[in-house]
Amino acid sequence: MKGGEAIIKSLQDHGVDVVFGYPGGVLLPLYDVIYDSDLKHILVRHEQCAAHAADGYARASGKVGVCIGTSGPGATNLVTGIATAYMDSSPIIAIAGQVGTSLIGKDAFQEVDTLGITMPITKHNFQAMKADEIPGMIKAGFYIAKTGRPGPIVLDLPKDVQEEEFDYKKDLKIDLPGYKPTKKGHTLQIKKAANLILESKKPVILAGGGVIHSKSSAELLKLSELIRAPVTTTLMGKGSFPEDHKLSLGMLGMHGRKVANIVVDECDCLIAIGCRFSDRTTGNVEEFASKAKIIHIDVDPAEIGKNIDVNVPIVGDAKNTLTSLIRNITNIKISAENVTKAKKWTDYIFDFKNNCMPRLSFEDVPLKPQQVIKEIMESVDKDTIVTTDVGQNQMWMAHYFTSKIPRTFLSSGGLGTMGFGFPAAMGAKVALPESDVVSVCGDGGFLMVCQELATIKEYDIPIVVCVLDNRYLGMVAQWQKLFYDGRISHTRLGDVPDFVKLAEAFGVKGEKVERPGEMKETLKNALNSGEPTIIDVIIDPDEILPMVPPGCGLTEIVGEYKVEREFSGEIPYVKPAHGGGGD
Amino acid sequence: MLNQPMVVGVIDMDEQRSHIISALVLHRPGVLQRVAGLFTRRGFNIETITVGTSEQDDMARMTIIARGDGKVLEQITKQLNKLIDVIKVRDLEPENTVERELCLIKVHAPAEHVRSEVIQYANIFRGRIIDVGIETLTIEITGTPDKIEALIDLLRVFGIKEIARTGPTAISRGTKII
Ligand SMILES: Cc1ncc(C[n+]2csc(CCOP(=O)(O)OP(=O)(O)O)c2C)c(N)n1
Ligand SMILES: [Mg+2]
Repeated sequence: MKGGEAIIKSLQDHGVDVVFGYPGGVLLPLYDVIYDSDLKHILVRHEQCAAHAADGYARASGKVGVCIGTSGPGATNLVTGIATAYMDSSPIIAIAGQVGTSLIGKDAFQEVDTLGITMPITKHNFQAMKADEIPGMIKAGFYIAKTGRPGPIVLDLPKDVQEEEFDYKKDLKIDLPGYKPTKKGHTLQIKKAANLILESKKPVILAGGGVIHSKSSAELLKLSELIRAPVTTTLMGKGSFPEDHKLSLGMLGMHGRKVANIVVDECDCLIAIGCRFSDRTTGNVEEFASKAKIIHIDVDPAEIGKNIDVNVPIVGDAKNTLTSLIRNITNIKISAENVTKAKKWTDYIFDFKNNCMPRLSFEDVPLKPQQVIKEIMESVDKDTIVTTDVGQNQMWMAHYFTSKIPRTFLSSGGLGTMGFGFPAAMGAKVALPESDVVSVCGDGGFLMVCQELATIKEYDIPIVVCVLDNRYLGMVAQWQKLFYDGRISHTRLGDVPDFVKLAEAFGVKGEKVERPGEMKETLKNALNSGEPTIIDVIIDPDEILPMVPPGCGLTEIVGEYKVEREFSGEIPYVKPAHGGGGD
Repeated sequence: MLNQPMVVGVIDMDEQRSHIISALVLHRPGVLQRVAGLFTRRGFNIETITVGTSEQDDMARMTIIARGDGKVLEQITKQLNKLIDVIKVRDLEPENTVERELCLIKVHAPAEHVRSEVIQYANIFRGRIIDVGIETLTIEITGTPDKIEALIDLLRVFGIKEIARTGPTAISRGTKII
């Protein structure tokens, strides 16, 4: 068998049915194999989008996504997508062509040190110098990518290795002596956590992406209801807990819900599951949950104690650990006193939450993004997959959109990569053709990857992209308005392009939405039509999402927090807001 | 080890000091780059790093001297452990560790009386003269970094032409292995 054939065979043996790629000189042998194979190949129009699509595929389905790029510029174009997947722990395999082994190190045409460049942005990477290494590397790659804390893998593949003949052996064993993804939480620590939770009066759960990776949403729900603790999530944790549940507080952090930020500040016990306490989630770490004892459950030992000090660290898979934690708590006899204090806490939460539900309905023209998102929510099912881009569009979606089930809210969290939303939606739709997929993007971010209109047209990938058109790099402009005296330096995007015509130039349907009510109708029609559609949504460029300035505590929210109804009763303590500060 | 709570109380977590980290790694191309890259990227301070073969054929042992407090050290250990090519990592306790470094020193010694003085110093430090040139003597010395430092200081007056040090390597005392 040839090296190139071994790649395709190994991928297929691991259940891969589709790859996103872009060929080039050194990949000719591999693409010649693809020519005869039944593996579906989707030719993207930029390698960055191959990686984002593979990432979207992985996030939506839980399977490993695969992308391919040629050596040199192909590999460097993949880099942003790989780094995006790395920051958000998404399992993808990126295959990069490389110049022939005899040319490596000679600054050959289109040679780049892919291995060196991707070392800090992969969970692991490989370079096959002989064809017989390929099956083992792919097997190890899949295993490493999806076990423990998931992450991207790069396979660097020199041209001659793709052509080299070797004896393909079945049932090959791999040996990874340095890789033992920890699975089970420490029993004593779990006991400690159980006791701490029962001693607390005001427990809160913070759920991150780890809950989704470990498929432990059912356990999360059970724990929350058992101990009557409200649940807030990180951006990556959105969907891990039904946000229409009474105990849901919505997202926490810099652009989090007011109720979540304040309740975390007030709680006396924070149970953090599968999250890494990013600065966007915690705000100033000194002030973060400062009255609380913190329990941190994570499968990656290095996340524990990295950003904040915790009282009860538990290294383990969320599913196992939660199951055992629930068992421990159920075994302890709950006293009448416990029930009373739990009721007091939840009553307070329900009341507070009702009083600060963000306002969604606006009759204004140009449209308020809140109204747009409200209409999107009215037009989609609970299992519709939404992807966001990065910027205000993303934070509006994270703040206002109600996610109900895991793997339906896909967003670039850690790297904050503009241009992620559209190709990720493409990948998600390819993974789950039966699900509706809607991407909400900014005009700036969409323009970074708009060439993929060709891909969705050619392969008939019927996703709907809602471009929130404010003609600004809105999020940066927001910071300029709030922290730089309104000096709008190079964040105005001007008047071009016409997004409807842009879509039409690619043969894709383009629609325009300008008034309340239109979004709902247009989106419903687009989803029903089964055709890829771009909706240009003209929104108010001046709308600002309240935020916590960088370096401040989570309660120090600036900007007017518009609520659905006026406060009644006692308003919880809010520290006075102060301005500014660099990032 | 990673599953257990950290023992605090016996160790002063805030104390800034040099730590000796011994790591068993797969003997593969790129592994040094992975380890060194990790230190740069995470902002850890490496003082020295030595690599050589180990008791096992396909594995190498790295001895890394890094500076930081207990928290930094904990992160270094955990991050190293995350590398797929790293098999085992241990922070060696200074009091239970033997640490040695090899150093070659080329000293300016043209005159007879200078030569004999240099040789005397070398002898006191249990060093050896391994090369004699018309104007230079080269001394080989092994020992703790402190001892080497002391000899270098003494030789400075004669004029040191060149120094080559390996950086310390270390092993735990007694039967303990990592
Ligand atoms: C690739 C990339 N470049 C720059 C940034 C910095 N950045 C963050 S948000 C933002 C503005 C995004 O503008 P747009 O896509 O129009 O979205 P809006 O904020 O207006 O909703 C920029 C430039 C980024 N996150 N990613
Ligand atoms: Mg914009």
